[in-house]
Amino acid sequence: MMAELGVYALVWALLFSLLLVLVPVWGIYTKNATWMNAATTYVTGQLIFIGLAYGCLCGCFLQNDFTVVYVLANSSLHLPWFYKLCAVWGGHEGSMLLWVLILAFWTSAVAWASPHLDRDIRVRVLVVLGALSAGFIVFILMTSNPFVRQFVLTQTEGRDLNPLLQDIGFLFHPPMLYMGYVGFAVAFAFAIAVLWLGRLETKWAKSLRPWTMAAWCCLTLGITLGSWWAYRELGWGGWWFWDPVENASFMPWLVGTALIHALILVEKRNQFVAWTLLLAITGFSLSLVGTFLVRSGVLTSVHAFAVDPLRGLYILMFLGVVIGGSLLLFAWRAQTVVQHRLPDWVSRESAMLLNNIFLVVMMLTVLLGTVYPLVIDGLGLGKLSVGAPYFNQVFTALSTPLLLLMAFGLHVNWQRDSFLGVLRKLGWVFGLGLLCPLLCLVSVHYPLYPMTCLGAVLATWVMFSTLEKVRQRLLLSKTAKKINGAFLGMVIAHFGFSVTALGIIISNSYGIEDDLKMTPGEHTLFAGYDIQFLQEASIRGPNYHGTRSSFLITQGQHQATIYPEKRIYDVGKMPMTESAIDVNPVRDIYIAMGEPLDATAWSIRLYYKPFVRWIWAGGLMMFIGGCFGLSDRRFYRKEAA
Amino acid sequence: MKIIRLLPVLIFCVLVTFFWYGLALDPQKIPTPKIGQLLPNFDLPMLLGGSSQRFTPDLLRNHRSVLVVWASWCDACREEQAFLLTLAQQKGIKLYGINYKDDPAKAQQWLVDWGNPYQAIGLDSKGKMALDLGVYGTPETYLLDRQGKILHRYAGSLTAEVWRREFLTLLM
Repeated sequence: MMAELGVYALVWALLFSLLLVLVPVWGIYTKNATWMNAATTYVTGQLIFIGLAYGCLCGCFLQNDFTVVYVLANSSLHLPWFYKLCAVWGGHEGSMLLWVLILAFWTSAVAWASPHLDRDIRVRVLVVLGALSAGFIVFILMTSNPFVRQFVLTQTEGRDLNPLLQDIGFLFHPPMLYMGYVGFAVAFAFAIAVLWLGRLETKWAKSLRPWTMAAWCCLTLGITLGSWWAYRELGWGGWWFWDPVENASFMPWLVGTALIHALILVEKRNQFVAWTLLLAITGFSLSLVGTFLVRSGVLTSVHAFAVDPLRGLYILMFLGVVIGGSLLLFAWRAQTVVQHRLPDWVSRESAMLLNNIFLVVMMLTVLLGTVYPLVIDGLGLGKLSVGAPYFNQVFTALSTPLLLLMAFGLHVNWQRDSFLGVLRKLGWVFGLGLLCPLLCLVSVHYPLYPMTCLGAVLATWVMFSTLEKVRQRLLLSKTAKKINGAFLGMVIAHFGFSVTALGIIISNSYGIEDDLKMTPGEHTLFAGYDIQFLQEASIRGPNYHGTRSSFLITQGQHQATIYPEKRIYDVGKMPMTESAIDVNPVRDIYIAMGEPLDATAWSIRLYYKPFVRWIWAGGLMMFIGGCFGLSDRRFYRKEAA
Repeated sequence: MKIIRLLPVLIFCVLVTFFWYGLALDPQKIPTPKIGQLLPNFDLPMLLGGSSQRFTPDLLRNHRSVLVVWASWCDACREEQAFLLTLAQQKGIKLYGINYKDDPAKAQQWLVDWGNPYQAIGLDSKGKMALDLGVYGTPETYLLDRQGKILHRYAGSLTAEVWRREFLTLLM
């Protein structure tokens, strides 16, 4: 019953999204305000019915309705209830439903929370979002219906959720990521609306900033959580793998970051309007391309849920229409919104433009690395995969100047400035920033690799330069009034970026790993710590059994006991490594159990990861910075003029 | 209209072209240079049975056979096991296994758990034979004619549909 209700609700949602496209468009061309304003009603209807469909799927999971194929494939009787709710998006069909639900959520948010937005733009934005939604609902109904039933297997406990996904990090990671991905649809819709309207004024930039920022925040948090999940759950001690799916989320992030900066230029200086629109289109296009790459099975990846050519074909056609269409629209209409004024070489405008260029080049290198295997295969030159070395090398080369630019650009004035003047202002920053990291590295007896030192110094420059900016603001204004949400957000986000950069540099340069054979009772000396394998014991969880061992980590006064596990999940018989980590702010000791070697011995993998927490701490700071930026009241005040 | 504004569309068109080709390409389909050739020579110990017998190409002569590369650590190998067991019932075809980079004790237990469709199983603990054969991953299935010539190879779990589509036509 519930599954049928779900399909029914989806059909209704499709109807509403089609109305959302047709009626306001008719209103626009007949200049009928009532028809245009009907958009809000349809948006609400669409949200209600998609919400209902999603609720039905959740209901099927909670009731263990294994006649629904999707539930059978992704759940089991013994799965705890909160994982059942996660399992709703654990597979292809459900995650597409979540995609549409989140799109409906953003659409409603735009409809309800932007009363000051110019009506001509607002209606067009909603229409574009409605069209996207319709396209995806048709996709779900045609190729990925999560409510399909089967009556062959009746005596079953379900195939269980992929054990990899049974983790707290997975609870929030995909929804957050999708919030970000799909959130860029709003920026995309704005860009299309602006091109469609073809007006010269740029008030829309101010309205778009909070939406972009909100999507960017979600994406930042989503990526951070994903990286943290991979680190804890995959058991290889890595936090980023340059997997096609990770890349698919990283590319919109890079473009989104560029867009946030570009929008400031448009709002404050009316410059680079066409470029900004292109970024807005690109950001969401990359989300769509990411969806295509993941769903079509064109690229194989650990994230690939489904390999079904029909799905791939549909998404490809959808891509062609949406992205191809909007890029053509851009090529055709961009000149209607452009004013030509080039900034001075040394100016905030140039710095921001340069930042944009670096971010976009980074995005293009990721894109190249991701689709390169496909291109080579398509040309019939063989099968290959592009590994981490390519990405690491390119990113080191690109992020070094980006960090320098961040430290410098923050203090350059709008319109025109002198290079030497800025350098003089930043004298102490560069001096102290050079000394501090080097002294720190020497004091803990780390070897000084040239690239590591360069990176650490640059990251410290960004930190100090950001702090200097705060100091100047406080000195200049005497009161704290000048410190508004946007400024505070910028400071925290920039600081967070440098924290992440420092974490990456230090943990990559000075991490140690070792594979050992250990028996209970045995000691080993690792990275200056005494590590003792205390004992092992068998355990039983709700849907798994396995072995749990305990390790004592000792160094001077510090003592900690941690418990890595090896689990075998009952349904899939899939062995899983639950690593255990002794954490403090400056280093992780990470222990994962490998395979049992004989009666008592285990292969044990040890990692020493200095500063690895900083990577996620920085990600979290960027997220918080974005939230502060969002809280800035200027975005929500009605324009006086 | 400035030509440069068409650049994004052009880049996108190139991408889509490759995506289009990518859809037609099957990531599971890996060309093997070995098709039409005889099996490489090998001499492996048996997984089951005494140490006197050896697993050699001679064993696979004079009848058509299916050679499956599998391992107990391979999850996908379990999925095809039900189909392989039904396949083993059919006349005119004999199934042989290559146990790939595995622990013999675990492999034996695995056969007890999941059933054994094979006439004989060669133990390729180091993966040397698989290397000669050009094995890409497990499970992988080879169809051999009476002379031991490779007619077809399939990477991934074998299903009834794949069997009908790709193997049966070659046996007709």
